[in-house]
Amino acid sequence: MSREWPLWEVFIRGQHGMSHRHVGSLHAPDSERAIKNARDVYTRRNEGVSIWVVEAKHIAASSPSEKGPMFEPSRDKVYRHPTFYDIPDEVGKM
Amino acid sequence: MYAQMIKSEATQEDTEKLAAFQARIDAGQKIEPKDWMPEGYRKTLIRQIGQHAHSEIVGQLPEGNWITRAPSLERKANLLAKVQDEAGHGLYLYCAAETLGVSRDELTEMLLDGRMKYSSIFNYPTLTWADMGAVGWLVDGAAIMNQVPLQRTSYGPYARAMVRICKEESFHQRQGYHLLMHMMKGTKEQRRMCQDAMNRMWYPALMMFGPSDKDSVHSEQSMRWKIKMNTNDELRQKFVDETVPQAKYLGLEIPDENLRWNDERGHYDFSEPDWSEFFDVIKGNGPCNVDRIAARQKAWDDGAWVREAMLAHADKKAARRAAGELKNVA
Ligand SMILES: [Fe+2]
Ligand SMILES: [Fe+2]
Ligand SMILES: [Fe+2]
Repeated sequence: MSREWPLWEVFIRGQHGMSHRHVGSLHAPDSERAIKNARDVYTRRNEGVSIWVVEAKHIAASSPSEKGPMFEPSRDKVYRHPTFYDIPDEVGKM
Repeated sequence: MYAQMIKSEATQEDTEKLAAFQARIDAGQKIEPKDWMPEGYRKTLIRQIGQHAHSEIVGQLPEGNWITRAPSLERKANLLAKVQDEAGHGLYLYCAAETLGVSRDELTEMLLDGRMKYSSIFNYPTLTWADMGAVGWLVDGAAIMNQVPLQRTSYGPYARAMVRICKEESFHQRQGYHLLMHMMKGTKEQRRMCQDAMNRMWYPALMMFGPSDKDSVHSEQSMRWKIKMNTNDELRQKFVDETVPQAKYLGLEIPDENLRWNDERGHYDFSEPDWSEFFDVIKGNGPCNVDRIAARQKAWDDGAWVREAMLAHADKKAARRAAGELKNVA
């Protein structure tokens, strides 16, 4: 008879207009309850102004074993950063 | 500590994989749920995080005991907030344990049937209001000693839970100390109550760090895996060194005639707690073991119909939504 409440991942937007950030997870029977529980568990000290919850089973994740092929291609592309380009001081602020 | 005497599991696995895993830990990398990990690492962590979570939850009972009898509305609000935090700490930690492949219900059942433990400290009773001060100051104080370094533990979800917990813990200790400061300015009888709380709580607080290093066989592997960051004796000494001046400020005496500053060591010398008492409490023979588990069992049983009813309600709503009768997700 005992079926567990599903697991929800909780995302919170802090005070300062930042994106929602993952803060943790919790169990709840449905999304309404998940939001109320998230309020009690993750915002007891005014940590947020907005809450998203998503059932954990709906999250697809990149696989840790493919970390290399997945992220290495961006490693050696230093020319994607502004500091790669030397601009003389006399040009002024750029 | 909140997790006392955690056995490290022996690991028999591919030596190459093990070496690579150890190298990651030595390099300070975090291990995440989907990463490969030795079976022993996983099992030891389930036991340790689970025991820590159970301690937060059972730890609500001795303080919950005084909420309705708090001497002022302000103290009542403080204590209520603290106890609610402990529920949160339990939840953060259960979630961290669940990432290792154990379910919440399994963890609860293991607590209830005695396969998993919680910290020995919560098997002592809270007899007077002064105990609320002593618990916050000494018990949460001892917990902080252990939890601060655990923020750097190798398992990502555990480390992140510890960061949240540590942010909240300092209020717990301070509200306890604050309470005692006030009582110590009160009547002679109130001061006597504070000293009595100190006398009863001191050695059980020292026991929270677990047996002496020379008797704790399992810490070596856990330290290599960075799921234990300091030895029991190191943390106990640090706790004593920090607590002595705090007690002095309050005007409370630490119940240990061997307590004195050792110039050579740069630390206080102190008496060991009675370890036979500790092992006896762990075995289930402390003053409150039976009550604590009975209270948890009752909460679990009494809550069963609520858990089921809310699921039934959620199922019904989902069915109506599927049939197009309900539109919004929330
Ligand atoms: Fe806590
Ligand atoms: Fe605590
Ligand atoms: Fe606490």
